[in-house]
Amino acid sequence: MPVVTAETTEEKLEVGSPPPPVWPEGGDDGESWEPGPAFPVTKGRIGLWLLLGSIAMLFGGFSSSYIVLRGLPSWQNVAIPSMLWVTTGLLLASSVTIELTRKAVAKDLQGPAKAWIGVTGGLGLAFLVGQVGAWFQMVEAGVYLPSTLHSSFLYILTGLHGIHLMGGIGALVYVLTQTFRNRYTARDHEPIALCATYWHFMGGLWVYLFMMFVLA
Amino acid sequence: MSTTVEHAHPQLGFARKYIFSTDHKVIAIQYIVTAMFMAVIGGLLSMMMRLQLAWPTPNVRPGILDPIWSLLSNIMPDGIQSGVMLPEFYLSLVTMHGTIMVFFLFTAILTGGFGNFLIPLQIGARDMAFPFLNALSYWIFLLSCIVILAALFVTGGAPLGGWTAYAPLSALPEAGPGQAEGMTLWILAIALFAVSGLMGGLNYVTTLLTMRTKGMSMMRLPLTQWSLFITATLGILAFPVLLAAGILLLFDRTGGTSFFVPGGLVMGQQVLEHTGGHPLLWQHLFWFFGHPEVYIVVLPAMGIASDVLSTFCRKPIFGYRMMVYSMSAIAFLSFVVWGHHMFMSGMSPVLGSIFTLTTLLIAIPSAIKVFNWLGTMWGARIRFVTPMLFALGFVSMFVTGGLSGIFLGTSAADIAMHDTYFVVGHFHLVMAVSPLFAGFAGLYYWFPKMFGRMMNETLGKVHFWLSFVGAYIVFHTMHSLGVVGHLRRIYDPSQYEFLQPIVGMNIVISMAAFVLGAAQVVFLFNFFSSIFWGKKASVNPWNATTLEWELPSPPGHGNFGPELPTVKRWPFDFSVPGAEKDYIMQTESPKETTSG
Repeated sequence: MPVVTAETTEEKLEVGSPPPPVWPEGGDDGESWEPGPAFPVTKGRIGLWLLLGSIAMLFGGFSSSYIVLRGLPSWQNVAIPSMLWVTTGLLLASSVTIELTRKAVAKDLQGPAKAWIGVTGGLGLAFLVGQVGAWFQMVEAGVYLPSTLHSSFLYILTGLHGIHLMGGIGALVYVLTQTFRNRYTARDHEPIALCATYWHFMGGLWVYLFMMFVLA
Repeated sequence: MSTTVEHAHPQLGFARKYIFSTDHKVIAIQYIVTAMFMAVIGGLLSMMMRLQLAWPTPNVRPGILDPIWSLLSNIMPDGIQSGVMLPEFYLSLVTMHGTIMVFFLFTAILTGGFGNFLIPLQIGARDMAFPFLNALSYWIFLLSCIVILAALFVTGGAPLGGWTAYAPLSALPEAGPGQAEGMTLWILAIALFAVSGLMGGLNYVTTLLTMRTKGMSMMRLPLTQWSLFITATLGILAFPVLLAAGILLLFDRTGGTSFFVPGGLVMGQQVLEHTGGHPLLWQHLFWFFGHPEVYIVVLPAMGIASDVLSTFCRKPIFGYRMMVYSMSAIAFLSFVVWGHHMFMSGMSPVLGSIFTLTTLLIAIPSAIKVFNWLGTMWGARIRFVTPMLFALGFVSMFVTGGLSGIFLGTSAADIAMHDTYFVVGHFHLVMAVSPLFAGFAGLYYWFPKMFGRMMNETLGKVHFWLSFVGAYIVFHTMHSLGVVGHLRRIYDPSQYEFLQPIVGMNIVISMAAFVLGAAQVVFLFNFFSSIFWGKKASVNPWNATTLEWELPSPPGHGNFGPELPTVKRWPFDFSVPGAEKDYIMQTESPKETTSG
C-alpha cells in the first residue's frame, strides 16, 4: 500500500471526488494534533462544585416557592426566634476557624490544624443545637409547623439546612481522623480545602435563608 | 490492540464481580436489565389501558377476550370487579404507566445504562471518577423501583394523579383511594430516584471533564458523549427542583402544612384545615423540572442516533459542531419553556406569548439536528442493519412528533388541543417512541460489546418493522382522536355522544398497540437468548471508529491495557479518501493507516 501524498489526493480532486478532509493531520475536527494538557481542576473539586450547584438549585426551588407564596393574602409572618441571631453568629465564626485550619495546614502546622478543625466542628454542632433551640422557642410561642406558611418554611428550611450541615460535620470528622494519621501536608491537603469550600457554602446558604426569613 | 488488565486486579468473587460491583460496565448492565424489567411492567399497564379503551363495557367486548378479563379480575380483584374495570383503577394505570416509563425506563436506561457503559469506554478511562458513588446510584435506583412498584400493592392501590401528580389532589390523602399510601410511596420513589440520578450526574460530568485520555479533546468526543454530558448537567440542575417540590408536597400530606392546598377547600362536605397555599405553585415547580426532563430523555437518544447513523452511513456526521451547539441550545432553552404546560392554568396571555416564543425557539436547534441527520444520510450507501433501522426510526418519530409540538407550543392552538389525545399522541411520539427507538438502536449496536455476542438480525428486523408500523398506527391515530376532542384520561369513551363515530378508531389503536407490545416480546427473546446463544462477536463488528471497538468484547475489568490509548482524531473518519479502509480508528495515526 503506497503512502498517500498530497499529489494523490490532488489527483482525486481532479476526477471530481469531494474535497478530502484535512488529512493526514488527523481528521477534520480542527483540533490540535498534540494532546492537550490534562484538565486543570481535580475530580474532587469538580464533584464538589456540581454538588453545590445541585444544592443551590434545591434551595433555589424552596426560595422561589417562598417568594411566590409570600405574595398570597393568606401569608402571615411569625416572630423570628431570637436564637437564630446567635446561631448565625456561630456559623459565621466557624467559617473563620475553617479558614484558620486551611492556613495552618498550608504552613504544615499539624497541631493548630487539628485544633481548628475541632473548633469548627464544635461550632457547627453548637449551631445545630441552637437551631433546635430555635424550634423550641417557636413551640413555646405557640408557632408550629402548620401554623402559617412562614412558620412551615422556617421549620422545614432550618431542618434541611441542618441536615446538609451535618454532612459537613461528617466530612470534618473524616479529615480530623486523617490529620491524626498525618495524611495532609502543606502541598497536599485537598480534602481540607474541599471541606472549607463546602462549609463556606453552607454558611452563605444560611445567611441567605436567614435574610429571607427576616425580611419575610 | 489493547489487552485486558485483569492480572492487575484481584480476582473477585461472584457477588463482588456481578452484583455489588463498582465496575461501570456491570453497573450499566444492571441499570439496563432493571429498566427493561420496569418497562415490561409499564408496558403491561398500557396494554390494560388499551384493553379498556377499545371495549369499555362488557356488552361490547368480543367473547375471545373473556378469559383475559377473568384472569385480570382474579389477579386484581380491587381494580377489576367481575370483568369491569373501576375508573379509579384506570387512573392508577395511567399514573403508573407514565411514571414508570418516564423515570424508570427512559431516564434510567439512556443515562444510567448507556451513560455508565459508554462514558469510560469511549473517552479512554478505566472507570468512572467515583466508582463507589456510581454503584450507590444504582442501588438507590433499585430501591426507588421497589418503592414505586410497592405503590401497586398497598391499600387503595397506586396514585391517580398521573405522572405529574398535580396538587391539591396529590397533597390530600383523602382525595382518592390511591392518594393515601400510594401517593406517599410515589413521592418517596421519585425522591430516591432524584438522589440516584444526582449521584450518576455528578459522576458523568466529572468523568467527562477530568478523565478523558490523551488527545481526547472535548471536540473529539463522540456525540453520544456530548449528549450524556449535557444531559447530566441538566439532571444536576433540574432534579433538585423536583426534590424540593416533593419535600413540600410530603409535608402538605403528612405535616399539615399548606404549600399547595388552598384555604377553605371543602372535601366530603368538610372544610379542610389547611390555611391557604397555591396549587399552581406545584405545577410551576414540577414543570420547571418536567420540561428539562423531556430533554434528559431525548438528548441521549439524539447522541446515540447520531453516532449510529454516521457509522452505518459510512460518512462523517454532518455538522459536528452544530450538533454540539444545538444540543447545548436545546438544554438551555428547556429551562425557560415550562409555562407551555400551563397555558390553560389561567396564565396571563402576555406570559403565554413569551412561553410560546421560547418554546418555538427550540424548533430551531431541533431542526438543525434533523437536517444534519438528513445531511449525513444524503448520498450515503446506508447499511440497513437493525441498529441503523432503529436510528432511522428515531429520526422519523422525532420529526413527526416534533411537528405536532409546534401546534401545542402555540398558546392559541393549545387552548383547543389541550388535554386531548392530540397531546397524548404528540408526547408519545416525541419523547417516548423516539427515545425508545434510539435506545433500541443503542442496544442492538452495543450489545456485542456488552455481551460478546451478536443479536439475531432477522428477529431484529421483525422487531423493528412491527414496532415502527405499530407505533405509527397507535400514536398517529391518537392525533386524529384529539382533533375530534377525545379527552385524555377518560376511561370510557362510549359515555360521550360526540365520540360515538370514532369508537372504531380506539379499537384500531388497541389492536396496533397489542402488535406493538408483542413486538417487544420478540425483542426480549432476542436479547436474552443472544446473551447465551448469539453468534460470537468480533472486536469491531460494525467497523466503527470509537475507542470501545478496539477492546475485546466484552472488555475486561479496567477496560484498557497497561497503557491508556492516545486519541489522534475525531470519531467520524469514515470513507476518508486515500485511506486503506473506509473507517479510521480514533487512535490511528496517519502512518498506520496508509502504509500497509
